[in-house]
Amino acid sequence: MKTYTFEEKKDTRSGFGLGLLDVARKNPDVVGLCADLTGSLKMNDFQKEFPDRFFQVGIAEANMMGIAAGLTIGGKIPYTGTFANFSTGRVYDQIRQSIAYSEKNVKICASHAGLTLGEDGATHQMLEDIGMMRMLPNMSVVVPCDHNQTRLAAAAIAAHQGPVYLRFGRPKVPNFTSLEENFEIGKAISLNAGGDVSIFATGHLVWEAIEAGKQLHEEGIEADIINVHTIKPLDAESIIQSVAKTGCAVSAEEHQLHGGLGDAIAHLLASEQPTPMQMVGVRDRFGESGKPHELMEKYGLGAKNIVQAAKEVMKRK
Amino acid sequence: MKDIKALQDIATQVRRDILRMVHAAQSGHPGGPLGCADLFTALYFRVMKHNPSPFSMDGKGEDLFFLSNGHLSAGWYSVLARSGYFDKGELGSFRKIDTRLQGHPATEEGLPGVRVASGSLGQGLSVANGAALAKKLNNDPHTVYCLMGDGEQQEGQIWEAAMFAAGRKIDNIIGIVDYNGQQIDGAVDDVMPLGDLHAKWEAFGWKVLTMDGNKMEDVLDTLAQAKASCGQQQPVVILMHTEMGYGVDFMMGTHEWHGKPPNDEQFEKAMANFDETLGDY
Repeated sequence: MKTYTFEEKKDTRSGFGLGLLDVARKNPDVVGLCADLTGSLKMNDFQKEFPDRFFQVGIAEANMMGIAAGLTIGGKIPYTGTFANFSTGRVYDQIRQSIAYSEKNVKICASHAGLTLGEDGATHQMLEDIGMMRMLPNMSVVVPCDHNQTRLAAAAIAAHQGPVYLRFGRPKVPNFTSLEENFEIGKAISLNAGGDVSIFATGHLVWEAIEAGKQLHEEGIEADIINVHTIKPLDAESIIQSVAKTGCAVSAEEHQLHGGLGDAIAHLLASEQPTPMQMVGVRDRFGESGKPHELMEKYGLGAKNIVQAAKEVMKRK
Repeated sequence: MKDIKALQDIATQVRRDILRMVHAAQSGHPGGPLGCADLFTALYFRVMKHNPSPFSMDGKGEDLFFLSNGHLSAGWYSVLARSGYFDKGELGSFRKIDTRLQGHPATEEGLPGVRVASGSLGQGLSVANGAALAKKLNNDPHTVYCLMGDGEQQEGQIWEAAMFAAGRKIDNIIGIVDYNGQQIDGAVDDVMPLGDLHAKWEAFGWKVLTMDGNKMEDVLDTLAQAKASCGQQQPVVILMHTEMGYGVDFMMGTHEWHGKPPNDEQFEKAMANFDETLGDY
């Protein structure tokens, strides 16, 4: 098992803030919009450095999505910032008509996704956003795993022509990827080569997959671990190659099983390479208040759940 | 510069186009665009600076028009075709399979002149806000127009957009409300009263003008006044009084023709109201 280390834990949203600055300094067409959550989205530095390219829209997310669509007419590349809930469910029709159907080059940047938002509870713990966004034609869905990768992703999406949903979160998590890595939308990243079971993880669950891989290795099981940071377009080639080698798969995500990464992979495998599969994710229920680590434990989204799923699915080969 | 009579002749032909398109498709919305034919004509044949061909999505150096109430598509398509965005023969494909002239305006098929999809109501003014901001960022001194319905004023997003434009002093935008008093289920005042719409827009910080949208002189004068009011740190909206179904005697004064095509007999009767001024498509 390949070793992964990190110097400190950092939040992915801070990675977003830095990535936005990186790309804004290079590309004068990048503009930012925020619906009264500038601090939470870590967009303050962008606002300070580029006051003329930042638009505070107030608590009016529907309007923000429309404004973003309009800004593309004139060549701007708008980044909208709010929580995942208010970035998707609240404004689904605005995104559907004015952005996705209209093929507008808007980057929808969503923080505080999933259970790890914590104490605010289920109203704010968006667990259906990947599903909603991936159902929309023309939309790409990117879910980076740590601070550095979110920074790279935030910059990379500007170069991608078309609407993108970028999902990240609130808590500080191991920052183990390198800024020197090549980040390419739609190209999954292999973290460990193994022949016994494939583990496909996205977002915060990628680190849990690495932890799971270590435990499995100690028990003599070699996992093929892949960071699927782009849910759409899905890297079908990497996924099929992996299961051709291992013969079974586990998916892991901080999202409902309905509509998420596991769903996308199951869809692919059912038609291309039928493979036994177990899914780690939220099982058709809403979240609740609590500390992030308590919630991940209670909802079964940790390394031990991935280990258990791997052992179970291997029996079904 | 076209004189009033020439513009009225165009509007008359636009009304023929609307009826022929909706009749041929046996589907669509004749009432609203008949009421707005004079506005469409004034904007595209007199008021707006625009380049029909080659069409530029970015619209830099042009005035832009957004149709928020997308069900008025038949009227908009007619002026787009007749002002040179695409061949008028294509109007016959309205709402038919494989057409670029979708039931509600869309960009996916690449119809020149359309910059964003509309149909689900309440979204156009927000998009127009964004386009107006982009013009400011690009130092492009042109104007952004956005037509909305009066029933559409019931959508909350309109008022989010209204608050934003005034709060951010977007003074290169002209909103127009088609104030015909009718919506699908009946009179606007019965379905959900708008109250004092003039006072509402003023309270949101907009300069409010009113006009008779079925009198070409008044349309031109008021649009000129609105244009002259731009650049003064305040957005401008025109409450445009129109008659839904204007020009077709039996379609006026009712909401019945909001979204219903005429049958053959009704079509013949309706067409008798309009001379073929420019030649049918």
